[in-house]
Amino acid sequence: MSTSAVEITGLNKWFKAFHVLKDINLTVARGERVVICGPSGSGKSTLIRCINGLERHQEGRLTVEGVELSEEIGQIEAVRANVGLVFQQFNLFPHLTVLENCTLAPMWVKRLPKREAETLAMKYLERVHIPEQALKYPGQLSGGQQQRVAIARALTMEPRIMLFDEPTSALDPEMIKEVLETMVELAETGMTMLVVTHEMGFARTVANRVVFMDEGEIVEIAPPEEFFTKPKSPRTKEFLSQILR
Amino acid sequence: MATPLRIAWWRRRRTRDLLFQAALIAGVLLLFGIMANNAIQTVERQHIATGFGFLDHTAGFDVVQTLVRYDETSTYGRVLLVGILNTLLVAAIGIVLATLLGFLVGIGQLSSNWLVARLARSFVEIVRNLPLLLQIFFWYFAVLRALPGPRESWGVADAVFLNNRGLYLPAPVAESGFGFVMLAFAAGAIASIFMFLRAKAVRERTGRVSPVAPGTTALLVVPALLASAAAGFPMSFSVPALSGFNFQGGIVVLPEMMALVVALATYTASYIAEIVRAGIEGVARGQTEAAQALGLNRGQMLRLVIVPQAMRQIIPPLTSQYLNLTKNSSLAVAIAYPDLVSVFAGTTLSQTGQAIEIIAITMAVYLTLSLLTSAFMNWYNARVALTER
Repeated sequence: MSTSAVEITGLNKWFKAFHVLKDINLTVARGERVVICGPSGSGKSTLIRCINGLERHQEGRLTVEGVELSEEIGQIEAVRANVGLVFQQFNLFPHLTVLENCTLAPMWVKRLPKREAETLAMKYLERVHIPEQALKYPGQLSGGQQQRVAIARALTMEPRIMLFDEPTSALDPEMIKEVLETMVELAETGMTMLVVTHEMGFARTVANRVVFMDEGEIVEIAPPEEFFTKPKSPRTKEFLSQILR
Repeated sequence: MATPLRIAWWRRRRTRDLLFQAALIAGVLLLFGIMANNAIQTVERQHIATGFGFLDHTAGFDVVQTLVRYDETSTYGRVLLVGILNTLLVAAIGIVLATLLGFLVGIGQLSSNWLVARLARSFVEIVRNLPLLLQIFFWYFAVLRALPGPRESWGVADAVFLNNRGLYLPAPVAESGFGFVMLAFAAGAIASIFMFLRAKAVRERTGRVSPVAPGTTALLVVPALLASAAAGFPMSFSVPALSGFNFQGGIVVLPEMMALVVALATYTASYIAEIVRAGIEGVARGQTEAAQALGLNRGQMLRLVIVPQAMRQIIPPLTSQYLNLTKNSSLAVAIAYPDLVSVFAGTTLSQTGQAIEIIAITMAVYLTLSLLTSAFMNWYNARVALTER
């Protein structure tokens, strides 16, 4: 078994005629934290959604924790069991309480007893600092709290890899901090993380590597220090000049 | 301090409101007065006795399908009951079939299978866009009345027959000791409910999922079977058999009833299918993705995430479809199915001439049915409504 968490080689994807991912090669080691950034429409969200099979690639190989993502339903399920995903829009289930949001998958996918699933859910709700909201419905919480519930919900499946698809882009400015802090704490536990974000502060302090994408291609991969101080490609420079003022 | 503006009296809001209100009340009273006066004059001119005494008079006509004992010596009151029950029968069967077919077609429209989706879509577009009366005529005249006569019936296993006089089915006949079998069946049914609840409790406690269908089915069937064996099978079937020009024995479903039920069920199902499709599509795309990302399979996703949220949008329009079906069943009169309108607001009215009383009673019956249906659906809606905040 390889030591990499995610291995992507020669990946290509089209939406109809639109070539959205062009020949992507990326290997993420276990415990590594990778931030993916780039202008909107660069394919970064699509790439991250390919990693748990929400989007299907047409060419190339994608291996997650040693399991190749193929057309087989069993393979996709095996991959999803190892991968948690946090969405930009939270996507909590509005008809279930916070606790039920977190116990649904452990009970129905992992077949855990209800009591055990609840203990597990409370453990992760405590980790994201909102155990007291367990019996409320998502609609009663602030955006930041909802996003932390979404992180807890993904963690209750005890994945080896966590994917974040612009987790703070839908939040009011004062709530971004609490979510980022939760993510930093998660990073400290040694979780493998792939994060699509424009939060350059987060990238600087947490990421091992920063991936810059533009027009469906990976333009540059570098450690944060190098990425922010001496970007190689002119496209990276232009992007950084727009985002860092 | 500002001086109040001088406003003409007829430009004050309060005066205007009062004036409009008074004019409306006067108009309504006038309308009712004219109608009442007209009715009284008609009654006097035609020497019709008013009141509900006619309900005790002998009807003197036969009805082809009755769920309660009825013959020509029965009263008009009895006709009313027969009509109500026939309407209820068609409405109840129609609602169940329309709901099943509607949900099936509605989900089918969203199928990733091209053929299934197209078939469902075509069904909706064809059935929804033809007049219901025409569809009743289609099923009655073009399909069921066009079947061969009794002698050339289509039969299954010499027990079920279909011909232009109706669908003939074997009828169960209870013999002595049958109560014992029913008791055993009831006991089995209760036991199977307990088994189902226990399986649910076990699932929550241990997470183990055991299939309950075989066990509960066995509990429903085996005790009743053993009891009837012990009692020497105290039930026989009256099997329809051809004698002379028609079938004797068994029970018959009239072609009028079949045509009406099929037409109402398919027509309403086409609307329900659209309601179900819209309800499911109305659930945000992100919900599906979140369920998938957590590893739920397609069935779990529909059952635990999508349908509970879709139901909130489905139930209110579903209620009005149930009401529509019940009211549309009065089109029965066109093919002479003996529903409420046909036997009471039709035959009884023309025989007695008690138009005001009969129309009032008939309206009251439909109104009561509709309000009861609405009340039940509102209760159900409140139960499944989203408790979002």
